[in-house]
Amino acid sequence: MTPVQIQPFKIYKYNPKLEIIRRSGLGIALTGIFFLLLCLTGTAKITPELFLFLSFGLAVTGAIIYSLPAIWESPAGIKNNRIFFNSFTSKGMIGWAAGIIITSFYVSLYWFPSFIENWIRLVDPLSYFLRNEKADRWFLYGTFYTLAILIMGLKMIIKYRHNRYQLIRTLSVMFFQLGFAYLIPALLIMFNKPEHYFSYFWPLKYQYLFPSDINYLTHTAGALGYFMVFWGAAMTFIAVPVLSYFFGKRWYCSWVCGCGGLAETAGDPFRHLSDNSLKAWRIERWSIHSVLVFVVVTTALLWTNSASGGKVLGELSQTFSSVYGFIIGAVFSGIVGVGFYPVMGSRVWCRFGCPLAAVLGFFQKFKSRFRITTNGGQCISCGNCSTYCEMGIDVRAYAQRRQNIIRSSCVGCGICAAVCPRGVLKLENGTEEGRYNVVPDDELVLINSQN
Amino acid sequence: MEHLVIIGNGIAGITTARRVRKMSDMKITVISAETKYFFSRTALMYVYMGHMRFNDIKPYEDWFWEKNRIELIYALVTSIDTDNKKVKLADNSEISYDKLVIATGSKTNKFGWKGEYLPGVQGFYSLQDLELLEENTKNISQAVIVGGGLIGIELAEMLHSRNIYVTFLVREEFYWNNILPREDSILISRHILEHGFDLKLNVQLKEILAGENGRVKSVITDKGEEIKCQFVGLTPGVHPNIDVVKNSKVETNRGVLVNEYFETNIPDVYAAGDCVELKFAEPGSRFRFEQLWYTGKMHGETLAQTLCGKRTKYERGVWFNSAKFLNIEYQTYGFVSAKPKDDETHFYWEHPSAKKAVRFVYKNDDHSVIGMNTYGIRYRHEIFEKWIKEKKRIEFVLEHLTEANFDPEFYEKHEKEILKKFNNDNDGADLKLKSATKLSLSEKKII
Repeated sequence: MTPVQIQPFKIYKYNPKLEIIRRSGLGIALTGIFFLLLCLTGTAKITPELFLFLSFGLAVTGAIIYSLPAIWESPAGIKNNRIFFNSFTSKGMIGWAAGIIITSFYVSLYWFPSFIENWIRLVDPLSYFLRNEKADRWFLYGTFYTLAILIMGLKMIIKYRHNRYQLIRTLSVMFFQLGFAYLIPALLIMFNKPEHYFSYFWPLKYQYLFPSDINYLTHTAGALGYFMVFWGAAMTFIAVPVLSYFFGKRWYCSWVCGCGGLAETAGDPFRHLSDNSLKAWRIERWSIHSVLVFVVVTTALLWTNSASGGKVLGELSQTFSSVYGFIIGAVFSGIVGVGFYPVMGSRVWCRFGCPLAAVLGFFQKFKSRFRITTNGGQCISCGNCSTYCEMGIDVRAYAQRRQNIIRSSCVGCGICAAVCPRGVLKLENGTEEGRYNVVPDDELVLINSQN
Repeated sequence: MEHLVIIGNGIAGITTARRVRKMSDMKITVISAETKYFFSRTALMYVYMGHMRFNDIKPYEDWFWEKNRIELIYALVTSIDTDNKKVKLADNSEISYDKLVIATGSKTNKFGWKGEYLPGVQGFYSLQDLELLEENTKNISQAVIVGGGLIGIELAEMLHSRNIYVTFLVREEFYWNNILPREDSILISRHILEHGFDLKLNVQLKEILAGENGRVKSVITDKGEEIKCQFVGLTPGVHPNIDVVKNSKVETNRGVLVNEYFETNIPDVYAAGDCVELKFAEPGSRFRFEQLWYTGKMHGETLAQTLCGKRTKYERGVWFNSAKFLNIEYQTYGFVSAKPKDDETHFYWEHPSAKKAVRFVYKNDDHSVIGMNTYGIRYRHEIFEKWIKEKKRIEFVLEHLTEANFDPEFYEKHEKEILKKFNNDNDGADLKLKSATKLSLSEKKII
């Protein structure tokens, strides 16, 4: 037989041009960041538009150029090469530095906004364009946040271009952040309405069911205000149980939520840093449920106080509310939740703190059709699933004993199924019957040969 | 209290230990010279590629063993004394056993190539091999891999992840063509070329040459070509590691000889996993050796029953295996011969992207399906196994194929095209896809 000549459609070889593109992108992005830092000094005051372009404009353009070469560099597929050798993604010096920088930003944002005052002024042109009003620190924060999700979302899309579940899911979080958590609130302000985030609700956005917020909305925005209150309550009390029943908590945590959105995009390079030990799981259960109790008690106190006209509890409920706002709202969800990405992984807040995740988790565990199924005896116990689980779930422990994975913390991001080299895991919404397939260990034997 | 000693902490030895602990209170000691703690051998490659740390490929946390009263000894066993029921360790200490399990795994084949022991030349099997590989591949730019099997392609992928240019010497006409049918082999070969590897087919190694520093500098092929390299990976398969058994009274051939109960010729001495040779399988056939992760697990599960007093025969069940060739996942079930036999027909479908394919092998007489290969599409193990066991006809299997699909949500489905191809290939065939029922999920209840 004459040898057959095999022709691949495309050959991916090391291409120095791609490296040049990537370096240029990095250079442009760093220039942008340089200007951004320069702006802290107030340099931008004379021509804010120019400096907005030089800082944000260049940083974004550079980041996009930096991400693109990956498309032509290697065939689509799982690429986690050298993640644990990279200082940025493996808690090296650069990783720690990044953690400190992000944390400092949060500290300034919450308690020393004067330090970043010039940045706030820098986004004034954008703020006038979108909201017809000058920028405040929360607009600056929202702009950073949305850009992070969009740019890192693009990177995520390129990385998982072979995986439709990841593509659609990433587009979804990008859409909800840009539309529901950035443009719509801006438009509301432009039309002199209360700023409102339709993609957040109690108990994550705890104020939305506080009596003071409800009062404010219904008194200042009339019908729209009533709709906002109704929407928030409907999400909490109807959407949460119903959608979680059909799809698991993923419908919110890894498809809609902004915290999840950031974790799934900007947090993706750090997902493997989540601790998946049994000890971490124990701490997680105590911690997340304590926060839930805290927010429920706070809300109940506020309502008791409001119903009694402030006679029964005096200042107590207000104290509870501000303590919750400080410890949970600022320190936990902001500083620890995002600032510690490069050190503790991308889902610290969602896993140890978010009270809404706790509620969604109850439904996911006890009343839902969602589960991750395992494919027969195909597991090789490699550990990719457990390593890349951002919630620190030891997925392998289930997969190697052929057990469905039903954990209240699972946000259904689907990365375990994506990184599995043997196709063992599948996210599914099926019948409730047979969902918990606890395999008695003694009977596990000879699964392959039983009749 | 009865003392069970297990030599080897790979998947076979550890499965035995864990399973015995579930059923019995006997004292369990596992001895290994490779590591103290059990790790997933199949995942070693990911440590080199930087996907995981060594800690991540340990399936159980370190506290697990003490909690389950499984004693781990990190030492080399140097001899087995079956008369006095003792094993001797490298430091000359002795451990007495009541029951002994030999689960010593396997070793890389060597073929007596000239230069195969040169520095910079190695196989890839153990943690020690991984450490050596780190040393051997520091700051190098070119490598040659010899042997077109599963370890070969994994090693090639590993080196590629460190930007080392890989030349892959494959003896067969296409990659793994002695196991995979022709089209399947071509599909994978094309995928290898796509990654920019220098895949040399129909080429064998003749000798390995050393440079002035005594390390490998190039290889010479049987075509007389010299290929420059600073590293040579030898991956021509493995053979049972029976070094410690050879000088004992335990009967060996190429592996430790065992019967259907994993019993050796000596009472209270058993063997499982890669190191065994199954006496009951046809002499000289490849079925005498089972050197897979999955079979190691099944050996251990079966043997544990016997050790706990419930003498249980090993039944292979419907054969399966899986692998990942770079980005293409592969599953195989039942029997798929590399060359179609006279009494069987092969049906093959390939996606135009050349990254997805399925192959079904069925008997000519009753059309019963006896084997499947899948590439780039995930299918459900339980369902394929059931279909083979129940001798389902090819027509039934194809019409119900959607039920077995295990790809992630939103993935493009190809079952319609697969059916169409079958109808085109077979005059008069008019198969129609049955819509997937939700049944498949509740059927998934294993027991």
